[in-house]
Amino acid sequence: MIRASLSYLLMLLLALFTLLPFAWMVVTSLHPSHGALPTPAHLFPKQWHGENYRAVLNMTATPFLRFLFNTVVVAACVVAGQLLLCSLAGYGFARLRFPGRDLLFFLFLATMMIPGQVTMIPAFLVVRSLGWLNTYWALIVPGLSSAFGIFLLRQFFLTLPKELEDAARLDGCSDFAIYWRIGLPLSAPALATLAAFAFIATWTDFFWPLLVTSTTEMRTLEVGLSLFKDSFGTTNWPLQMAAAVLVVCPALLVFLLTQRFFVRGIALTGLKG
Amino acid sequence: MTISPPVRTKRRPSEMTGLWFILPSFLHLAVFSLFPIGFALVLSLYRWDVLKPDKPFVGLANYAHLLRDPFFWNALGNSAYYTVVSVPMGMALALGVALLVHQKLPGVALFRTLYYLPAVSSSVALAMVWTFLYLPGQGLFAWMLNTLGLRSWAQVDWLQSPSWAMPALIFMSLWTGLGPRMVLFLAGLAGIPEQLYEAAAMDGASRWESFRYITLPLLLPTTFFILVTSSISAFQVFTPIYMMTRGGPVRHTEVIGYHIYNQAWRQFHMGMASAQAYVLFLLILAVTILQFKIVSKRMEEYSLQ
Repeated sequence: MIRASLSYLLMLLLALFTLLPFAWMVVTSLHPSHGALPTPAHLFPKQWHGENYRAVLNMTATPFLRFLFNTVVVAACVVAGQLLLCSLAGYGFARLRFPGRDLLFFLFLATMMIPGQVTMIPAFLVVRSLGWLNTYWALIVPGLSSAFGIFLLRQFFLTLPKELEDAARLDGCSDFAIYWRIGLPLSAPALATLAAFAFIATWTDFFWPLLVTSTTEMRTLEVGLSLFKDSFGTTNWPLQMAAAVLVVCPALLVFLLTQRFFVRGIALTGLKG
Repeated sequence: MTISPPVRTKRRPSEMTGLWFILPSFLHLAVFSLFPIGFALVLSLYRWDVLKPDKPFVGLANYAHLLRDPFFWNALGNSAYYTVVSVPMGMALALGVALLVHQKLPGVALFRTLYYLPAVSSSVALAMVWTFLYLPGQGLFAWMLNTLGLRSWAQVDWLQSPSWAMPALIFMSLWTGLGPRMVLFLAGLAGIPEQLYEAAAMDGASRWESFRYITLPLLLPTTFFILVTSSISAFQVFTPIYMMTRGGPVRHTEVIGYHIYNQAWRQFHMGMASAQAYVLFLLILAVTILQFKIVSKRMEEYSLQ
């Protein structure tokens, strides 16, 4: 009894530690943009000020709706691409035999250890020589496949019973048909996990979009938000926090809707290698 | 009704089908990882500036130069500081939290979800929020310190103080890194068979003893995995530095990831930046191998394979 109460007390304190910055962000965003900042003693303004959000959305130098549109387009394409390419490769590595398979798989895994700083400059030069700088191609194509996604789906495909495959093969199905009609439908939960991870990773990616975009209308939310911060210095906190809330919310929403897939994904890749 | 064990279906006409499955991802890997890895090595041998037509071959001069560059060593030192402090602290915190929410209590799932929220939030937005929290005099922390009567501490400009900027960034990283590490520890804890604890309890083991002799050893593979992945990403930290301190005050938080960014994209020394990135890569590799050596020795002691 005492033990349980103590546990709950600790969990609540930790929850407070986790949520306080978020709460502070929201509360500040609702304060008048020129006036007293919140203190825990005067947490709530006399009047709620939704106009910060309107001001952020109407800012012509940083068109957040455009940033949102770009981010949604990029995230949707990256998720679709990863679902297709990573499931193909993951299926190949898990269920098919071909010469050099294990070596290739190791190669994919090994690249996960290479720091981004090493590949960043040449990748930039590749994108530039393709004439893709400041286009959707530059934002989307480098994200279309990932070693992490291949690994995740391979781990899942390994768990599928072989009998299904054998039965289909006896019925004369090709490898591709088996993958498409049996492999994919059975792996919906793993695909959802990958989709959730890829979405969040793309949504919160900052460094790459910062490098390959140069005009306002091609910026993503993350880069747009950093531009917004720079153009308003560090003075207008309520406005800044309103912008931050607008950027954080969609990803949080997606996470809350898909969170069970996150836990499963981590259990799947984490340690069962 | 199986008569004989399923015969491995006859050797299929083509063993090449599998390659077709891999091909699209392999092309992607080749263009965006393999080629860049090789090309970065080539770049590191040139004095390469995107803006200048003249890109002379300089051999190992970039490497020779960076070894004598005090700013490079300063950046490596800062990264080491950040990694060595934030990773063990973050892991200890995450293990504690994982043990807490691993208990079968109503409502723990909700807490797990809450602790994960920072990890899925925009890192730019979080950097802005934390800059605000650290604001001298007006920030939340300043208010707390004032309330506790520590008036002089409330005036500290945490992110602009040479001695406090790095601890402030590390403290924030404990907050953002908690969720993923906790979930990994939870996955590890879920893999420990319940019977072991029952047997230990029957033998009269205390809670501490079961933790020390069952949980900790069996979590070793998990711990190793988290240690390696956390160290790799801590060595590459970029966004909070870029957003919150720009490496300042006077390079006290200029970590290697930010230093390389500056070399490449502010000063356009892309050859030099590539050389530095390669040194960083070798360091990460060395640290990972070292961690692997240490852990596999411990695993042998526990006779885990």
